[in-house]
Amino acid sequence: MTITKEMIEEHGLTPEEYKRVVEHLGGREPNYNELGVFSVMWSEHCSYKSSRKHLGKLPTEGPAVMQGPGENAGIIDIGDGMAAVFKMESHNHPSFIEPYEGAATGVGGIMRDVFTMGARPVANLNSLRFGAPGEPRTKYLLDGVVAGIAGYGNCMGVPTVGGEAYFHDSYNGNCLVNAMTVGLVKHERIFKGTASGIGNPVMYVGSRTGRDGIHGATMASDVFDESSEEKRPTVQVGDPFQEKLLLEACLEVFKTPYIVGIQDMGAAGLTSSGVEMASRAGNGIEIDSALVPKREEGMTPYEVLLSESQERMLLVAHKGREEDVAKIFRKWGLEVCVIGKVTDTNMFTVLDNGEVVVNIPVDALTDAAPKYDRPIARPDWQDEAVSLDLDEITIPEDLNDVLLKLLASFNISSRRWIYEQYDHMVRTDTVVLPGSDAAVIRVKGTKKGLAMTVDCNSRYCYLDPFTGGAIAVAEAARNITVSGGRPMALTDCLNFGSPERPGVMWQFEQSLLGMTEACNALGTPVIGGNVSFYNENSETAIYPTPTIGMVGLVDDLEAHTTRQWFRDEGDLIVFMGETLDELGGTEYLKISHGMDRGMPPVLDLEKEKNLQEACRVAITSGIIRSAHDCSEGGIAVTLAESCLAPGAEIGAVVELDEVALRSDAMLFGESQSRIVVSIKEADLDELKKIAAVGNVPLKVIGKVGGKALKINDKIDLSLIQISDAHANTIERFVSK
Amino acid sequence: MKFAIIVFPGSNCDHDCYHVVKHVMGQEAEYVWHKDCSLEGFDCVILPGGFSYGDYLRTGSIARFSPIMAEVGRFAAAGGLVLGICNGFQILCEAGLLPGVLMRNRALKFICKNVDVRVESSQSAFTSAYKDNEVLSIPVAHADGNYFASPETIKELEDNGCVLFRYSTAKGDLSPEANPNGSLGNIAGITNATGNVLGLMPHPERASELALGNTDGKGMFESIITSFA
Repeated sequence: MTITKEMIEEHGLTPEEYKRVVEHLGGREPNYNELGVFSVMWSEHCSYKSSRKHLGKLPTEGPAVMQGPGENAGIIDIGDGMAAVFKMESHNHPSFIEPYEGAATGVGGIMRDVFTMGARPVANLNSLRFGAPGEPRTKYLLDGVVAGIAGYGNCMGVPTVGGEAYFHDSYNGNCLVNAMTVGLVKHERIFKGTASGIGNPVMYVGSRTGRDGIHGATMASDVFDESSEEKRPTVQVGDPFQEKLLLEACLEVFKTPYIVGIQDMGAAGLTSSGVEMASRAGNGIEIDSALVPKREEGMTPYEVLLSESQERMLLVAHKGREEDVAKIFRKWGLEVCVIGKVTDTNMFTVLDNGEVVVNIPVDALTDAAPKYDRPIARPDWQDEAVSLDLDEITIPEDLNDVLLKLLASFNISSRRWIYEQYDHMVRTDTVVLPGSDAAVIRVKGTKKGLAMTVDCNSRYCYLDPFTGGAIAVAEAARNITVSGGRPMALTDCLNFGSPERPGVMWQFEQSLLGMTEACNALGTPVIGGNVSFYNENSETAIYPTPTIGMVGLVDDLEAHTTRQWFRDEGDLIVFMGETLDELGGTEYLKISHGMDRGMPPVLDLEKEKNLQEACRVAITSGIIRSAHDCSEGGIAVTLAESCLAPGAEIGAVVELDEVALRSDAMLFGESQSRIVVSIKEADLDELKKIAAVGNVPLKVIGKVGGKALKINDKIDLSLIQISDAHANTIERFVSK
Repeated sequence: MKFAIIVFPGSNCDHDCYHVVKHVMGQEAEYVWHKDCSLEGFDCVILPGGFSYGDYLRTGSIARFSPIMAEVGRFAAAGGLVLGICNGFQILCEAGLLPGVLMRNRALKFICKNVDVRVESSQSAFTSAYKDNEVLSIPVAHADGNYFASPETIKELEDNGCVLFRYSTAKGDLSPEANPNGSLGNIAGITNATGNVLGLMPHPERASELALGNTDGKGMFESIITSFA
């Protein structure tokens, strides 16, 4: 078959890229199979061709890092011979087209990335962004995405312990579904995706290959238009039961000495797993597509190579151990067979019944794939967006009403309707259930726990991507800190519009620079992640959304675990940090004044670091009764949330210092580096001493108690009013 | 005392039950693969929660054909204690070891949360550590927990004192609001006529440790151990 111009275009390759394909093949035109292979491997999704240059600047090293970016997932040492393995990945495009299966297979894919490293997945988290509630598709997408995540994670027996969900018009035409999995593994059981040992057999395990998901990676590297609905067939269908079998079988086979390397078949399926495994080992790989177990008859090598059927793994075993490996997979009722071998040719070779149908240098598909230095330009609307004259913002008379509206707003109200659909308790390790700042799970057999969170405020990133990127990291670390953990490392999911727009590339570059600065200041390296570009429809790009998934270590679970809720009548409420007269980018400005405007809050990383350090020292010294980070909705929302302990609500009387501040900035401003803690009165001196070390501002602002939240003469709301406002917004919306 | 924990391919609360029996209660515990055929030497059998065969078909409807289930039937007929939790309850119903069925939840959604459950009687091998009408807070996590049976069967269950747990308010009142899934009579757990087979939707193994902030379910394991002593 001769390759035509149309074919090249359909495969998402530019004429320039096609020229390079021919060069890599030594002047020969590719055949149709090879064109397909180049198309997926050189897609933005697989090759990171627009982002690589910038990703290289992120800090990726640290004393605890055992595996940084480049593998299926990153790994950190948590002591006791144990390691935490984690990664976050996007499944935005498939979820927008087919929410249930798109989200479900996103969860399935990220879990495979973690257990392919030898780890048992112990917790899932997710970050979800939907369009405005009034948008016709929003309800359908929310309902389907949550059900899909639940359907997959619950069946796998991996608790979904935390996450975030936001609603904003910028996601009307392109929702975001970012899924994160955390796993645990003993150091000596860590496996990698490498095809070493010339002559070793390459084995296929898991579900049979079907025609689903062909060219999924290419789809994810394009913008949406009216024809996107037609792309439904490129969304894969998940089978969590198969994946559960695959998980148990893999963990069983990992206990044997038979395995050399293993990799999940994710985006670009058999092609990318084969190529990447060969590339990591510096070897070649040869597989025969005729030997691949298939769901349907008559599948061509092209379809087999590009299928994104789920629940499949590629592994390299030690020669002579094929039958030992096969026995274990057969016990779990899974397909298993040898489909090829590791070679010394450095070529990715595919046969069809012995006849060569693909023969491409591995290097051409990986390191030598195109890399772009895309043009970067600060958008000209940026100045307008950040301009905000506070004098023109009228302070509402009824601030009680503002607080109730904020508590009931889609972005602040309780996420209970979502997390009650997720089994968040299976494995009996979830110590801090969803609803507090970070989830905490215990590590059985040790005194330790892992705290974990996902965070990003994309409005901040839209207004100032540098500050927004830095705040996403700082807030994630703050959430870990207030929960009793030491922030260790993070994974990122970088969701942006089209990299072909200079304005988007500016947002991307600035976000990464901001993240880098915060990572360096707070000592949290990036150990893996994912870039998702082309998140836009024909009208507009999404707000830049660099989601941060962070994991921290709780050294002594019993002593250090801290929740956000006030506990006992008479406890002192202490405010750590400082409120500035700033309102840019706040939820308040959006809800009460209908604006996404102004510079986001200032972030001083030195102050942030000192604040978190003081909070951790106070927690480990045992004097903190509750701790809650101040974020969207400001200190008023923070205090209200702290009153709402599940089943044990308790009020507070608070007096804030308002001399220099506007009352709306005082109550609802989102200044950074602020934490509200509660302590016993007798421990105040000790807390002051701890705060003094890093010059952390500290002020006693009130006492826990009563059945209402009172703040100065501005706020006076009963617990019933607060909890009613906060409880049911999402539930009412979906059942409408 | 030695517990068998049956492992179906899609069981996912097997580790949790093992952990509680072995490490919290200090008893012997062993996993038994669903294709095995013997329960010799075991004193109590637990069918744990999960999605035994993915539950794409009716929950538990395939698991009941697993080779071990015939042996579980014999074990129960001989008076052995059998505890089916969540998916285990569904399997016991499908296998005919308990009457009735568990239908899709009233709200058609998976639901995971702590619920209040009233102990209907402490005169059982599974509840002797509790008081009559004591209210426990125990998590549920299921999509199909809506208990249903014919009026005759329900009457029989009620007359024989086979309803061991009901969803209630924290004060012990039976209200529709306290019923998370639409079960008839707020039924959360039942025994067979001879009282040695219990199926329940709530997960006592998730509420048996202080570290998790809830020990209300531990009494069930204590009761079982006491009954055997």
